[in-house]
Amino acid sequence: MSSKSTTKTPQAERVTTTEDIHPMTGFLRMDRMPHIWCPTCGIGTTVKCFAAALDKENYDLDKVAVVSGIGCTGRVAGYMKLDSFHTTHGRAIPFATGLHLANPELKVVVFSGDGDLIAIGGNHFIHAARRNIDITVICINNFIYGMTGGQCAPTTPLTANTSTTPYGNYEHPFNLPHLATSCGAVYVARWSALHIRRLTKSLQEALRKKGFSFVEVITPCSTLYARRNKLGTGLDLMNYYHDMCEIDHDVHPEDVDINFQENITLGKFVDIEKPTFLDCLEDGYKEKLGDKYLSVRSSHTRELVGHD
Amino acid sequence: MKADPKGVLTGAHYIDGDHACAEGAIAAGCRFFAGYPITPSTEAAERIASRFPFVGGTFIQMEDELASMAAILGASWGGRKSMTVTSGPGFSLMMENIGLGVMMEVPCVIANVQRGGPSTGLPTMVGQQDMMQARWGSHGDYAIIALAPQSPQESFDLTITAFNFSEKYRVPVLFMLDECIGHMTEKVVIPPAEEIEIEPRRLTDKPPGDYLPYETGKDLIPDMADAGMGYRFHTTGLTHDERGYPDMSVECQGKLVRRLMDKINNRVDDITIIRKEKIDGAEVILLSYGISARVSTLSIEKARKKGVKVGRVRLITIWPFPEKEIAKLADKIKAFIVPEINMGQISREVERVVAGKCDVISVPHAGGGVHDPEVILEAIMEAVK
Ligand SMILES: Cc1ncc(C[n+]2csc(CCOP(=O)(O)OP(=O)(O)O)c2C)c(N)n1
Repeated sequence: MSSKSTTKTPQAERVTTTEDIHPMTGFLRMDRMPHIWCPTCGIGTTVKCFAAALDKENYDLDKVAVVSGIGCTGRVAGYMKLDSFHTTHGRAIPFATGLHLANPELKVVVFSGDGDLIAIGGNHFIHAARRNIDITVICINNFIYGMTGGQCAPTTPLTANTSTTPYGNYEHPFNLPHLATSCGAVYVARWSALHIRRLTKSLQEALRKKGFSFVEVITPCSTLYARRNKLGTGLDLMNYYHDMCEIDHDVHPEDVDINFQENITLGKFVDIEKPTFLDCLEDGYKEKLGDKYLSVRSSHTRELVGHD
Repeated sequence: MKADPKGVLTGAHYIDGDHACAEGAIAAGCRFFAGYPITPSTEAAERIASRFPFVGGTFIQMEDELASMAAILGASWGGRKSMTVTSGPGFSLMMENIGLGVMMEVPCVIANVQRGGPSTGLPTMVGQQDMMQARWGSHGDYAIIALAPQSPQESFDLTITAFNFSEKYRVPVLFMLDECIGHMTEKVVIPPAEEIEIEPRRLTDKPPGDYLPYETGKDLIPDMADAGMGYRFHTTGLTHDERGYPDMSVECQGKLVRRLMDKINNRVDDITIIRKEKIDGAEVILLSYGISARVSTLSIEKARKKGVKVGRVRLITIWPFPEKEIAKLADKIKAFIVPEINMGQISREVERVVAGKCDVISVPHAGGGVHDPEVILEAIMEAVK
């Protein structure tokens, strides 16, 4: 609860009631509400779907950790009532890699923005996918840098206006599902903030998947992206998703480029089995070193820091 | 707590400083390593890669040093003692996440086997030019711990100390070797595990409902909970309150920054490791560290033969700077002579501390080799003239 609502005004009472009845309060840090996201932003919707996915999959929440970088989406870590890490811009994936490898019992989820994960953090993204690190990456793609005021992102469609491309963007954007697929991700899907039922199901699948799973979520940023490009309100963007999104699970990820205000292909593009980095390492070491190999999953290593 | 016997190669070895650093880390309980190859530190990573499978450790070669530093922070929160090793260019890349480690108060060790810079500089040749970067390299105000060994034996012993300080003070500790020490091969004696004292993690004993991740007592150091223990805590690089929640107020910033500095600076006496020799009655004192301290031995002996009363101070703890110790000595001598393989980094710090009470004579070296002992001798003779 914000410091403003500590006095017992009707407003404060209403917030308390909401806490009690909102189905996701168990997943959220209600003492941090209200959140910073703008009305009609798609991040909150995605958080709700993520919480619903954790709920449906019955995860032990003590064993789920969320790691974010910096940005509007980076704030997700701060609102999830999980072990939650708000790190540096671009470094959520390597931070998560260390966390996962140190304690493979944890379900580690990276939740961050397209600029964070794909621009400044792009190198980590491709290498974590290549290694098949057993983490889930949820990427909010709002086509723009939200937190810093609407600059061009590596996902900004050609010709779109941003504060650093005032006469239009002339860089080709990344096709994220194609990038993830070609780097070796074992689960790749794209949904929008409008498709909450499918998004939730997809997040459930991604969480369950062993290996590097990736879900891109197309979300409205009405404050910056829509305003600069005269696309109307958040509702207009949702209508755009409604009218222009096509679901096609069989399409090759190569063919799911997004062009300015043209159709967007959604779906689950990849769902394959492949041994993870840790599986490969453990099998290889067991074969090469036999009994002398001490498993990295053994509880022994944790005792060394003073855990008994 | 005592060291885990599985990780301790008790006995006498003939190894270089990089290998000794790796063994020190394993003996200290380090079981996660992330790094990126860079001369002259790579041997430490290679030794860890070959030893870890036998002790339950996880080694990963990351895509760069940004990733390596981020990974060891994550791994430390995952409940393992973690380290990386690097040299100048990689150290520069690690800076932002060293700052995150300071802010989140993450125990971990970063070894920097220094080579000549700036930039790619002298990849295979010695430097001590990152001493100020160690102190100030990440943005913002903070205090940090840095140690400098002068032999492979010390590389082993002090790597353990580095891990212990990082756990005790919840801060990244910078282990500042130089290429000479990293590549110098000497006898290293590894004691039995039961003789190696290990600082356990400051884990909270409060139940989850009562625990605040950044609440501190008198020592200003918060107790820790690792991920997965059921505390469901939040931590951030943003300015935060005791709950770990962002708080952008001037008051919170003031309180946090002061605490991060005071938790180290109030304990300088505990953190200071310093070697003094023939200080009483000295006319001048030669103050140095790492390979430069060793190289000075011949110069000191020659000066003493010429009848000059030369005392000697060797810094092992570089940061926090042992101000009191050095200021105390300044009253009684004519000059400090400070040879180091940089253009005068620590000598400037000595100058600041003695505040005009005696001369401070910098003996700089731009890197790529060690000082000619004659040059240091000349500086000593000049000082007593
Ligand atoms: C090293 C570094 N460079 C730049 C920034 C400034 N910065 C903060 S968030 C951000 C971009 C965020 O965009 P995105 O990842 O798309 O997330 P969004 O805010 O749209 O959710 C930038 C450039 C920073 N915090 N750190």
